[in-house]
Amino acid sequence: MSVNKQALISRLRYAGVGVAVLLSGCNMEVLAPKGDIGADEKSLILIALGLMAIVAIPVIAMTLWFAWRYRSGNKKATYAPNWSHSTGVEVVVWTVPAIIVAILAVITWRSSHALDPYKPLASEARPVTVQVVSLDWKWLFVYPEYGVASVNELAFPVDRPVNFQITSDSVMNAFFIPQLGSQIYAMAGMETKLHLIAREPGSYEGLSTNFSGEGFSDMHFKAIATSEDGFKDWIAKAKAAQVTLDGDSYKALAQPSQKVPVSYYGAVTPGLFASVVNKHMGDMSHGEMPMDSHHDMSQAGMPMDMHHHEDGDAVSSNTTPTQAEK
Amino acid sequence: MSSTALSASHGAFDDVAHGGGEHHHHDDGSKTLLGFWIYLMSDCLIFSGLFATFAVLANATAGGPSGKELFELPYVLGETMLLLVSSVTFGMAMLNMHAGRKGQLLAWLAVTFVFGAGFIGMEVHEFAKLIQEGAGPDRSAFLSSYFTLVGTHGLHVTCGLIWLVVMMDMVRRHGLNDATRRRLSCLSLFWHFLDIVWICVFTFVYLRGAI
Amino acid sequence: MFGKLTLDAIPYHEPIVMGTLAAVILGGLALFAVVTKYRLWGYLWKEWFTSVDHKKIGVMYIIVALVMLLRGFSDAIMMRLQQAMAASDAAGYLPPHHFDQVFTAHGVIMIFFVAMPFITGLMNLVVPLQIGARDVAYPFLNSLSFWLFVSGVVLVMVSLFVGDFAATGWLAYPPLSGLQYSPTVGVDYYIWSLQLSGLGTTLSGINFIVTIMKMRTPGMTLMKMPVFTWTSLVTNILIVAAFPVLTVTLALLTADRYLGTHFFTNELGGNAMMYVNLIWIWGHPEVYILILPCFGAYSEIVATFAKKPLFGYKSMVYATSCIGVLSFVVWLHHFFTMGSGASVNAFFGITTMIISVPTGAKLFNWLFTMYRGRVQFTVPMLWTVGFMVTFVIGGVTGVLMAVPGADFVLHNSVFLIAHFHNVIIGGVVFGVFAAINYWFPKAFGFRLNEFWGKASFWCWLVGFYLAFMPLYVLGLKGMTRRMNHYANPDWQPYLIVAALGAAVIAVGIFCTLVQFYVSVRDRKKLTDPSGDPWGGRTLEWSISSPAPFYNFATLPQVRELDQFWEDKQNGVAYVQPAKYEDIHMPRNTGVGVVMGAFGTVLGFALVWHIWWLAAVGLLGMIGAFIARAYDTDVDYWVPAAEVERIERSRHARLQQFQTTQVAPVAAPSRQKVA
Repeated sequence: MSVNKQALISRLRYAGVGVAVLLSGCNMEVLAPKGDIGADEKSLILIALGLMAIVAIPVIAMTLWFAWRYRSGNKKATYAPNWSHSTGVEVVVWTVPAIIVAILAVITWRSSHALDPYKPLASEARPVTVQVVSLDWKWLFVYPEYGVASVNELAFPVDRPVNFQITSDSVMNAFFIPQLGSQIYAMAGMETKLHLIAREPGSYEGLSTNFSGEGFSDMHFKAIATSEDGFKDWIAKAKAAQVTLDGDSYKALAQPSQKVPVSYYGAVTPGLFASVVNKHMGDMSHGEMPMDSHHDMSQAGMPMDMHHHEDGDAVSSNTTPTQAEK
Repeated sequence: MSSTALSASHGAFDDVAHGGGEHHHHDDGSKTLLGFWIYLMSDCLIFSGLFATFAVLANATAGGPSGKELFELPYVLGETMLLLVSSVTFGMAMLNMHAGRKGQLLAWLAVTFVFGAGFIGMEVHEFAKLIQEGAGPDRSAFLSSYFTLVGTHGLHVTCGLIWLVVMMDMVRRHGLNDATRRRLSCLSLFWHFLDIVWICVFTFVYLRGAI
Repeated sequence: MFGKLTLDAIPYHEPIVMGTLAAVILGGLALFAVVTKYRLWGYLWKEWFTSVDHKKIGVMYIIVALVMLLRGFSDAIMMRLQQAMAASDAAGYLPPHHFDQVFTAHGVIMIFFVAMPFITGLMNLVVPLQIGARDVAYPFLNSLSFWLFVSGVVLVMVSLFVGDFAATGWLAYPPLSGLQYSPTVGVDYYIWSLQLSGLGTTLSGINFIVTIMKMRTPGMTLMKMPVFTWTSLVTNILIVAAFPVLTVTLALLTADRYLGTHFFTNELGGNAMMYVNLIWIWGHPEVYILILPCFGAYSEIVATFAKKPLFGYKSMVYATSCIGVLSFVVWLHHFFTMGSGASVNAFFGITTMIISVPTGAKLFNWLFTMYRGRVQFTVPMLWTVGFMVTFVIGGVTGVLMAVPGADFVLHNSVFLIAHFHNVIIGGVVFGVFAAINYWFPKAFGFRLNEFWGKASFWCWLVGFYLAFMPLYVLGLKGMTRRMNHYANPDWQPYLIVAALGAAVIAVGIFCTLVQFYVSVRDRKKLTDPSGDPWGGRTLEWSISSPAPFYNFATLPQVRELDQFWEDKQNGVAYVQPAKYEDIHMPRNTGVGVVMGAFGTVLGFALVWHIWWLAAVGLLGMIGAFIARAYDTDVDYWVPAAEVERIERSRHARLQQFQTTQVAPVAAPSRQKVA
């Protein structure tokens, strides 16, 4: 990117900020990100707004100006009753928006790849893996590396990437922590991925953004970004819980419930997340226990191939466990 | 409302109607045919949607039987032949319509009906057998999409059969006039269209499934 | 005997519903009494319900749409009120069970039973008049479309009082809308009301394509068609191409719920993502189906009131066609967050942005139509200018969300809600009100009151900004859509402002109702004796207001784009022909009403699993249709003498008007100006 272009983009950003400030003087969480992904998305929003302002503001101004200037009462204004074509004007009104869209398209292509939720974040620090299950109507977070789980509370250390593996054991939901950036759907029989990182410690609101029924409005959680020590303490607190998340307790948890308080599981049966994903993968297990369902993984053709990257993870995680059993 | 003026004048005219029929209609036939073509295109989109769904779910057998285990190609080939022959006989009917031979037209329509009904009968029998074997539409997503695609085609053929009966009766009563010719032309289009759709079903569902 | 239907299906325990029911029953009884007292049943049946006249069908569409607007807007008010109250996890006054139905019904009603009939009604009213046709290609089918639509409306309204409506959001995503998670009849009402009205829409789409392709007056080539007709053509092509996909999608969901199939379930290989894809393959073209005819209306209005030909007619036509084609390759932008690959997301994001180029060109064309014009700020023009400003904002936020990276934080937030209300209110609703004010005289013979029209416009404009600008902010504050209550007290002030905005819009709707009342009352004063109240450019203004039932006594010859304007310039606009001819007209028929009634029975029976009744409904529909096919007495001829009598009295009135008054709207003489 040339220096000029960068200067232009930074100026566009300021224009965008101007728009944003005009909208409200108050704190807007999405525009006050606490992590890298959120920060990139914020500047993307501002750049895009700034670019579009190049056309939008003149159009609004010209609309009001032309309408006023050529009002029928204003006999001083020129009247050209038959003027209805001008190649020059046509060329300008098609090309200028086209150029802006072309620039936006380049930005879109690049940012879509850079901000792909499936893309692991480049970082020196060791990532934390969190498996997320949306249930009616609460969030279950499983920490496979630590063997603990929690409901409606999520903790992770700042400056370390968090790799979310997300599924649903019910209807569709979406996992979203506005101040950290991107959201992604949680769908049964599917594993979606999201990679986030927090740069500032704090307790952030998390929620489901896809309507999931009666208890949807209370389906929010706290996302606690904390120091390494704080995270260790949190894991220890979870470990201290005397409850184990196994087939039975999972089944109890999966029952529809609302306004579910935060709770912890000191131990988790290994492979729980995979079995939750797999039980919806097309089998005979109506209401079977998640723990002991081993299935035929015949489903191959997902229309939207939950794709790729690193090691073809989505597809492999869909198939491996059960094929191994077979 | 002053629309009363408009309405009242219209009402007055209801009584001064002519019988119609012998008067020249404004290009009525070509309008109908264009409209019917557009309808067929929209129906084509319905089938496209079902084909796409089938393509997505073709492998989602969920541990249940696959097409390879279920489909009996010779049987389906028989079905296919019935439908193809019915298209030929409909063609014969149309030739007779254009030649103005009412009796032969009705006879060929009747033959077409028999072949079409035979096709439907075979399809119903096939469905019943599958359901009996526990391979009903609720067994797996694959079977859901199979039954829906093939069944929607069957439903269309059934509608075609009803239409055929109505047209035979109408030709018998009213003879061959503009209206019956126009409608028979539309029905003919519809019948051949269903034939084409069936060829796609045969190829993509049965042949591809059996391989 | 009655399937799943028992007396428990009536929600006695919900005072809001019961209050509404009481009001509806009382209102219905009052209406029934008035109609009976003035002996209007025969008139309504003969002149309206059984009419195949495109103008009357158009008017009926618009009346039903206005009624449903009141219903859909009540839902909106209820939601705004609930969200304004339910801060800090307060319960508000609507429990989730009710609230969820309210927002679902609001979306479904506003799109399918308000916006669609407005658009269909306008096309019915205007298109044949603009192309110099005497009716649509299939007048009976047109009546059938309308009554099928009405049966959908009836089902939606019945769902309010018997059973419940879907509580799934307006697109009923599975698995939530599947039997396992929505076991009540709500989703079934949703399915059958949409299937019935969707069938009507598809039929009228076919009807209008054939009408426009086959029934244009001599000399009117495609590139001499008025822009509204052009946009209608593209819209109807989109309807025919998109609605079958909706039919399939809903049919598959129906199969899941009725036949135990597994298209979209969580078990046995079902795939809910397929539903989301399919429904948006219909859903995105749908928004262009709604907006394109409005673009057409704005084009007619801006040219008429700027007293200039539309700037860049050709580029307008190309832009419309471009938008039509592109609308089919953008659907995935509704779910960037489903986890498709970056390249797929980027592709759909970029195609979406590309649509903004032809749309932008249209805006510039309207701008340059005003440029060096003589803009008259009539009510339709006010709506148009209001639209131009508002729509730009909606367009900007739309393109913003087409950037997948931005959408990742804005998706499903109330920012999105603000965006699509910005384009649908600012584009479609403004357009419909502009068009109603503009073409009303052609339907009824008198203009609408200006004062109340302007009052309505300003209320809508101010109310819109008050109601939705706060939602943009809230979206950036991380508020998601469809929340019954919320913990964050920071959101409440914005939601209170939004509720106030909704109240201002309510005043706007009230002003519209007053406008209708006052205009009917003062119809003598507002009469339009010339048939050309605005100094129009297109053929519909060349005939009397209201238009005679046969529209054109003689088919006009077209040589220019704005033929009527040219004729006025050359002083040959109102020349009477030497001789009139018999006119061939379709005869009224009640079959459409009967089929619609059986359709309602069918839908209701299917909702409640009353199989015998469903058979009655289905056989009734088929039987009525076949009976119609046997009816040979479907048309009649208007004798030339009768046509002559009507036309002579029209010209007499015209002459009287022209002598008593200076030209109604100063038609500027031709002059060559740069």
